[in-house]
Amino acid sequence: MSEADGILRVRQPIGVQYRWSAGPNATSHLQGLIEGRLIGKRCPGCELVYFPPRNGVCPKCARILGADVEVGPRGTVTTFCIVNVPFLGQKVKIPYVAAQILLDGADISMQHLIQECEADEVRIGMRVEPVWKDRSEWGPTLESIAHFRPTGEPDVKLGSEAGAS
Amino acid sequence: MSAQSIGALSGDSFVAPLEVAYPYKRTVGTTLSRFFNSMIEGRLEGTRGSDGKVYCPPAEFDPITGAALTEWVTVGDEGTVSTWAWQSEPQPDQPLDRPFAWALITLDGADVPMLHAVDAGSIDRIGTGTRVKVRWAADRTGGITDIACFDLLEGARA
Amino acid sequence: MRDVAIVGTAQRPSQVETNLTSVELILPVIDEVITKVGIDRSEIGFWCHGSCDYMSGQPFSFVAAVDAIGAWPPIVESHVEADGALALYEAWVKIQTGECDIAVVFSNGKTTSGPIDRILTLQADPYTVAPLWPGFDAMSALQAQACLDSGVVTERAMAEVASRSLADAKTNAIAYAKGDHSVDELLARPYTVAPLRAHDCGLPVDGANAVVLAAGDAARRLAKRPAWIRGIDHRIDTQRLGARDLTESNSARVAAQHAGVGRDKVDVAELHAPYTHQELLLRSAVGLDANKTRINPSGGALVANPAMAAGLARFAEAAEAIFAGGADRAVAHCTSGPCLQQNLVCVMEGE
Repeated sequence: MSEADGILRVRQPIGVQYRWSAGPNATSHLQGLIEGRLIGKRCPGCELVYFPPRNGVCPKCARILGADVEVGPRGTVTTFCIVNVPFLGQKVKIPYVAAQILLDGADISMQHLIQECEADEVRIGMRVEPVWKDRSEWGPTLESIAHFRPTGEPDVKLGSEAGAS
Repeated sequence: MSAQSIGALSGDSFVAPLEVAYPYKRTVGTTLSRFFNSMIEGRLEGTRGSDGKVYCPPAEFDPITGAALTEWVTVGDEGTVSTWAWQSEPQPDQPLDRPFAWALITLDGADVPMLHAVDAGSIDRIGTGTRVKVRWAADRTGGITDIACFDLLEGARA
Repeated sequence: MRDVAIVGTAQRPSQVETNLTSVELILPVIDEVITKVGIDRSEIGFWCHGSCDYMSGQPFSFVAAVDAIGAWPPIVESHVEADGALALYEAWVKIQTGECDIAVVFSNGKTTSGPIDRILTLQADPYTVAPLWPGFDAMSALQAQACLDSGVVTERAMAEVASRSLADAKTNAIAYAKGDHSVDELLARPYTVAPLRAHDCGLPVDGANAVVLAAGDAARRLAKRPAWIRGIDHRIDTQRLGARDLTESNSARVAAQHAGVGRDKVDVAELHAPYTHQELLLRSAVGLDANKTRINPSGGALVANPAMAAGLARFAEAAEAIFAGGADRAVAHCTSGPCLQQNLVCVMEGE
């Protein structure tokens, strides 16, 4: 790939294969997604409920998270953006809405898609609910949920700390 | 970066195969461009260091003094093994897919050896002092893999 | 210069193919070292972490690792993409600036979730070496063969290092490989990458460790017998293997001189030698007499090599020898890069 200036640009791909583990503290959460349930974990120190349970650790207290807590399924949009930019690996047709959603009973928000409404109708405080894929497609991933959609409930006014993740 | 498959429970955790891959495209700079462009033409060149020693592959800067090196020297396509190791089980992406030797090889006319593979066939045919010769890759695109490997010269053990 | 000491250490027992995430690996050793030393998190003025994203298989994994240390309210933290011993060096410098008195240094290495030999090859020159994927063991084997050819080591001397390390590991709860193996038994084993045999190469494991550094009065308050850092120095040789004399380690020799190793006797030395021949080279470069200095009583990196944590483990082992009174003066060492390219040497003393 010689260029006019004599400087070479060479392709040097590197690839490494790993056995990637989500860690034992994420197991109940991921198992829940196989079963159509939303399971977070409560910090034994500050009692905040994490969904998803991050690395199984409360970053405020630096403690291993404790009891499983079933959250949602409904939640509230804490912030969102409208994606108009195509990128490698994109799975959804643009424009679409990616939102942070605070599930009822959880203390940190999670990211998912908002569909079944126009992009410009999405707003902070909007109440939403998950739309699960067909049961045969459920796996240990938040992709078991196709997207979230508006419930039609009145908007919720959020506190300043809500959804901080 | 992509997960190839959704994880499965392994013991107490969900586990999945994961490949992290980067399709790097590097600009190799003026010195290595000249080196690699020469290799495309089947010629090996090195640079002369501050102490007069010839580096092939060329050093852009002297490893000891840091001086920019600009004097070019054409070196031979035969050389001498200065140390070696035996790869009994070749790994993915290595130059050869059958057992071979790694070697530091000082090309004739150079003073500082380069790392490459020697298609020695068996461990008892390689040693320090063994004489070897470049085997060029059929399709050369600019890069150290334009040398496919080194072959043993007849009567190779010095 | 401020007087700075290691006042506490924690290491987790080595595992292979752990399912734990890096965060889950780190958290218990942080808890353990803080509890042992008896400090409150609010007293810690600086945190410094050593690890390698390529080993985690997760770009910017060190950002997630902050979860393990409790970054709330916000803390002062830094990360080196290197062994935790280099993080300790940064923390030592931070304390020297007077910005803090107590620092926690920690490191983790999950070496068994990916092909570690291939991953470490990415440290080689990306233009003329890495595209050949020589493997870290093979590069080390080239060095071993050069040492055998020159006569600075023998295969028997290499096997003696492995035999002694495996025997010493029997009393080390952190070690993974351990046991009694005669030199002749080891020499009868097959080569992996000749002239290296499996026992000549550090055993890849998953591990994590942490140490607490403290200055002056804080160190005296926190430890009965602090391990005072009397000298510490880091030097690097060229990346170009062919341009180095592989039968010696210039950077280790210069670092040892600047750290002041030769100023007095050394009771214990913990050398980070992931290959048997490298221990022999390091003894000579650092200036140690194996008849006068106990070398790697922990078993060293040969019996448990959590890459990016194995160097800090040497600092922890050397400091523990001082805490326990078994040593008055100890050397800790960390290497990095192919064929002992980088070397960090530290001298610690008890009072």
